[in-house]
Amino acid sequence: MNWIPIGNISDIPLRGARCVKTPQGKVAVFRTAENEVFAIEDHCPHKGGPLSQGIVHAKAVTCPLHNWVISLETGKALGADEGEVRTIPVRNEDGTLSIATERLMLAAE
Amino acid sequence: MTEKLVIIGNGMAPGRMLEHLFEQAPHRYAITIFNAEPRVNYDRIMLSPVLSGEKTYEQIVIHGDGWYIDHGITLYKGHKIVAIDRTAKTVTSDHGVTESYDKLVVATGSVPFIIPVPGKDLPGVITYRDLDDVQAMLLAAQSREKAVVIGGGLLGLEAAAGLAERGMDVTVLHVMPTLMERQLDPAAGYLLQKAVEERGIKVICKANTKAIVGDGKVEGIELDNGTIIPATLVVMAVGIRPNVNLAKDAGLAVNRGIVVDSGMQTSDGDIYAVGECAEVGGMIYGLVAPLYEMAGVAASHLAGDSSRAFVHSDTPTKLKVTGIDLYSLGDFAEGDDREEIVLRDATAGVYKRLVLKDNRIIGTVLYGDTADGAWFNDLKKKRTDITEMRDTLIFGQAYQGGSLLDPMAAVAALPDDAEICGCNGICKGKITSTISAKGLTSLDNVRAHTKASASCGSCTGLVEQLISLTLGDAYNPKAVQPMCTCTELGHDDVRRLIKAKGLKTIPAVMQELEWKTSCGCAKCRPALNYYLIADWPDEYADDYQSRFINERVHANIQKDGTYSVVPRMWGGVTNANELRAIADVVDKFEIPLVKVTGGQRIDLLGIEKEALPAVWADLGKAGFISGQAYAKGLRTVKTCVGSDWCRFGTQDSTGLGIRIEKFMWGSWTPAKLKMAVSGCPRNCAEATCKDIGVICVDSGFEIHFAGAAGLDIKGTEVLGLVKTEDEALQHIVALTQMYREQGRYLECIYKWAKRIGLDEIRRQIMHDSEKRTAYYERFVFSQKFAQVDPWSERVSGKDKHEFNPMATVTFGQAAE
Repeated sequence: MNWIPIGNISDIPLRGARCVKTPQGKVAVFRTAENEVFAIEDHCPHKGGPLSQGIVHAKAVTCPLHNWVISLETGKALGADEGEVRTIPVRNEDGTLSIATERLMLAAE
Repeated sequence: MTEKLVIIGNGMAPGRMLEHLFEQAPHRYAITIFNAEPRVNYDRIMLSPVLSGEKTYEQIVIHGDGWYIDHGITLYKGHKIVAIDRTAKTVTSDHGVTESYDKLVVATGSVPFIIPVPGKDLPGVITYRDLDDVQAMLLAAQSREKAVVIGGGLLGLEAAAGLAERGMDVTVLHVMPTLMERQLDPAAGYLLQKAVEERGIKVICKANTKAIVGDGKVEGIELDNGTIIPATLVVMAVGIRPNVNLAKDAGLAVNRGIVVDSGMQTSDGDIYAVGECAEVGGMIYGLVAPLYEMAGVAASHLAGDSSRAFVHSDTPTKLKVTGIDLYSLGDFAEGDDREEIVLRDATAGVYKRLVLKDNRIIGTVLYGDTADGAWFNDLKKKRTDITEMRDTLIFGQAYQGGSLLDPMAAVAALPDDAEICGCNGICKGKITSTISAKGLTSLDNVRAHTKASASCGSCTGLVEQLISLTLGDAYNPKAVQPMCTCTELGHDDVRRLIKAKGLKTIPAVMQELEWKTSCGCAKCRPALNYYLIADWPDEYADDYQSRFINERVHANIQKDGTYSVVPRMWGGVTNANELRAIADVVDKFEIPLVKVTGGQRIDLLGIEKEALPAVWADLGKAGFISGQAYAKGLRTVKTCVGSDWCRFGTQDSTGLGIRIEKFMWGSWTPAKLKMAVSGCPRNCAEATCKDIGVICVDSGFEIHFAGAAGLDIKGTEVLGLVKTEDEALQHIVALTQMYREQGRYLECIYKWAKRIGLDEIRRQIMHDSEKRTAYYERFVFSQKFAQVDPWSERVSGKDKHEFNPMATVTFGQAAE
């Protein structure tokens, strides 16, 4: 894996998200109440809403456009909705966060 | 190797077929669907509720885009297949896509029948078949003009009711002497006609359309007898016929429909047909239950089980027009070998008729009271000899066995194999056993797991009775609706407990009130944040992560992820300097759209999130603050020009509006709060459909509230009349504070008022000066903390992280 540093965990608010711009589109990086970090495509499978702008609860985010709930762990829509976004591996080394580029390239295909 | 399955058509039948197929042989086929409609699979039966406004398109989607992705289905939307090449085993679409198949399913459905009269092609003549038709009707209905529906059958009447609901003046033309003559006998047809007419819809039976007239567009309809009925919209709903052209061109055996055997196989062994286009056993079908049966059979055959065969069964007809109950089933024509039992109760509007042959029910027509439909259907299906209960049969199941049963007991007495949901063919035993096996406790869950009442919804009552029967006291549909799935408590209890227990943070609320999730959800968190900020304005630290994005970044998110910005224009008044500043911002930031809003201010749309602080900085220099056009809080106070300019103005409405806005801006409320002040009863500021409005009169200020002009339209109620501007302000502020303290999150003021009672609100605000003063003072206190302009805060650097990406990965980095 090729890891690219993107910043520190403290750059993201608790139960919040930031986005990372990449040549292949935006990646949403989340920090949960439990200090876990997840990264998924910043693009809701429903109508492309920016997931990084949603409300973060447990290990999920609610899309700001039409309230789909997306699991941060699997990228899958929860509840009755069906759909999926790509998850992107993210590494937390003493607070320094990096994302893996292989999946970025994949996401671009 | 995976076989290739190609499906032509993406309606309800092939959708259901795939569901079955994925259960039985999940990975057997690589599937490609060609849909002539540019969308996913939706519940066509529910188009009428979409037309009448009871549902939205999103609510009737059966399979969302994700479902196709999850199952690896290639879905071509808006591709119509124009040719099947059976030798090469390929199909070709009108966009030139050619796909080969091992197995092909033709599900082309049906096409509406168009009566061949002059003028049938005029713009304004439409059919009623798919979502595009509904959208065309909705567009036409905006004119609120006259519409004619040709056809007094199921579809025609549903279309007529929907259009009338949308405000059109509707006439139904029906060629036969009574409505729905194929499903109803003349007596029930007459009752139905009366009920339809009571909705303001005109009905003309025995009406033969001679021509549709109009110059370039529809202007009316001419009947055989020379009568002309003016109309700007004509809906043809005279029937459908199977869409067989494609199959015919491909050389498949076609009669009325595409001929299939009891395994849904056409004359070509590799090609199946399902749905309205298929003809099985000499019959074609238009109701959903037999189509779903076809879907099940075809799925089994595709999965390799060729033992399953299609079996014909009569399907009850129900009309989906709110407030009209009718049910018909089987054969109800008169005949020498038949007897009938009829019950009429004209006052109650009830008509029931059973047609018997050899002491067995062969047909049922119920109007006005359809509760016993399932029972009669069951007797018919089982060919039960009814000699024993003949005397009381027509009164229904409750009257059998001597003592009077309540409706619950009647449901309890149904056998396990009695059909409850006709659309999906779900019987009682399946529902009750699924409830027990999966531990279901709500109607939504039962729908999700069994599909009972999930199609047309008319058996919802029965399903609910089964849930209560199975769960006993554990099911109480009238119980307090919990805030969300994170808690059992309703909004009112949560608000009460926050005050009673002195809970001042979201974690404290969740801990003390035993939330079931670790940190709530997108429903309860914003609600709790509002309750806490309303109840503890000085102590509670606003939790921005619990706010919806618009309130978090103080702008309105748009569908493309950009934002719109609306600066405050007090009372809708502006000047050259402000306009110049806005113009400069528009130029500098290349803002794509500038629009005047309904609330008398200016909206700047299409701004990238990262540019927001800079936009605000420039606007701030001209004196603008946030218009909070995104807030569940005070939005606008619309005004007219009032006594300063208007020759009818009685008071300074503009001045009062500005005063109210300057006093109240920044306050959070349960739902958005829009106001208006009109200078005289001519009401140019449209104050009587606002959350709170003022109508100025010579003798003072008439305060209105609880209006609505959104999804619901409702005129305001009068709170009372006060003499001075000071009093007007005090009463409005006190009313708002009462609403702030009692309203449920996202509950508009009119809904709150309905719940609390108008008299109670008038009593506290108009007649109890002590209460009024206390409300007023609590609002004033809260404003000390609320009136901080969020834009200037952010220009100064607050929440900087919201407006910048965390990092930017370059192509070089990513490619390494």
